[in-house]
Amino acid sequence: MEYFVQQLINGLALGSIYGLIAIGYTMVYGIIGMINFAHGDIFMVGAFGALIVIVGLGAVGFGGAGVLIILALLAAMLIAAVYGWALERVAYRPLRGSFRLAALISAIGMSIFLQNFVQLSQGARVKPLQPMVEGGFVVMEKGNFAVTLSYLQIIIVVTTVVLMAGFSLLIAKTPIGRTQRACEQDMKMASLLGLDVNRTISLTFVMGAALAAVAGMMFLLYYGVIDFFIGFLVGIKAFTAAVLGGIGSLPGAMLGGLLIGLIETFWSGYFTVEYKDVAAFAILVLVLIFRPTGLLGRPEVEKV
Amino acid sequence: MSMLTVSGVETFYGAIQALHGVDIHVEEGEIVTLIGANGAGKSTLLMTICGSPQARTGSIVFESEDITALPTHQIMRKGISQSPEGRRIFPRMTVLENLKMGAAFSEPANFDTDLEQVYTLFPRLKERAEQRGGTLSGGEQQMLAIGRALMSRPRLLLLDEPSLGIAPMLVRQIFTAIKQINVQQGVTILLVEQNAYHALRLAHRGYVLVNGTIQMTGAGKDLLARPEIRAAYLEGGAT
Repeated sequence: MEYFVQQLINGLALGSIYGLIAIGYTMVYGIIGMINFAHGDIFMVGAFGALIVIVGLGAVGFGGAGVLIILALLAAMLIAAVYGWALERVAYRPLRGSFRLAALISAIGMSIFLQNFVQLSQGARVKPLQPMVEGGFVVMEKGNFAVTLSYLQIIIVVTTVVLMAGFSLLIAKTPIGRTQRACEQDMKMASLLGLDVNRTISLTFVMGAALAAVAGMMFLLYYGVIDFFIGFLVGIKAFTAAVLGGIGSLPGAMLGGLLIGLIETFWSGYFTVEYKDVAAFAILVLVLIFRPTGLLGRPEVEKV
Repeated sequence: MSMLTVSGVETFYGAIQALHGVDIHVEEGEIVTLIGANGAGKSTLLMTICGSPQARTGSIVFESEDITALPTHQIMRKGISQSPEGRRIFPRMTVLENLKMGAAFSEPANFDTDLEQVYTLFPRLKERAEQRGGTLSGGEQQMLAIGRALMSRPRLLLLDEPSLGIAPMLVRQIFTAIKQINVQQGVTILLVEQNAYHALRLAHRGYVLVNGTIQMTGAGKDLLARPEIRAAYLEGGAT
């Protein structure tokens, strides 16, 4: 029981990170129907942005941990947003209207480019960060096994819940969100109503990248070590989460992220750590075979 | 000076030419109708006016401004709006949200007045305000498409086959509404129709489009009286 609760806590924290990244995949798919395979690398760039700001400001002896984290988070979001915007502008927009595979290949190319760019500019070795948020609660105790809920885990889950709630509200209730949904449902009609479709698409990339940067920051704090390659595996898992939840669906991405985090954690806890990635990707295969629309997705209807 | 002047417009879809040098003009306050068979290029002409696709040659001038090469969203902010072929309602938005999208670029202070005006024109939309667009009947969707187009206070309204696939009883209601929009709100209308009888009776002037060129033009009632029009577009098809 204690062990189970501990895995549950760990799984929720991990699932939050996947969920935030999955939103970027699902929104971009919803609006232009492509899988942005470089999204995982935007997450990685966000994590590096946060690390650089923390180390840089820390070196000049700036402020306490709290202020530092918030500043680093804002900086990471900004940096990732700029990368996300540039990505769409440079690598995807020129290919719009071309065959579908073109943008996908371009995305894979951008993914490789970003990894190599960061590897060259920041070095290939792993980058450690000393723990910034320490301590936590002991939730329950039995023998010498204590179930702990760390402050960091609380921060991760609460931040994620707040962001997801805010984001869902933004999409459901505000003019920006309405514009977003209009472009997703009928892009041509949206332009006939005077909407600048290109601007909306750019905004989608910017928002997805900013959320991925938050996930990157959390990943950095949680694991304490990053390198140029983290975006690959985490990105593909977040993509799996988006597919599991139903690609194109916002609540689906959140749910899928949470489920993938839990599945991975419980698998490592009860079976073998070595096969945790296999477990996550087996889910991807099963979903694609038995329920291609995902848990909350709509069946794809070809528009005439 | 005409409100809208289309001269020598040729439009292509890839290698296929859909319009072969079309000339039409629309004067302020008019209802002008464009009739023709399936595939004649009626919808293409409306979409070309909106810049999607853009005309390859020729020019389109709206209120003394050349809009031929402008991107669609800029054209639509100049006082033109369209209720397009197939209605294109946002299916997973409510009726009210669809109407709000129509007003995305108009003065927010006008919203309530404009909404009330659309609801007066089509009371059915008010009853269905919170219902999703995709669940409406064909006729209701058509009302919504016209209502949405009106929310931006257009000076020129382009209507593409508002009677297509709609119960005959509703067709009359829609045409009455079009007349009201023209007379009471002073909106100039360019109407594309296959239902030539209704359209020509309603319109001040008409154009007959055949295979991408204008073949005939004249006052609505005169066209309606011409034997070749009756033979091609009315016999058996009149309702």
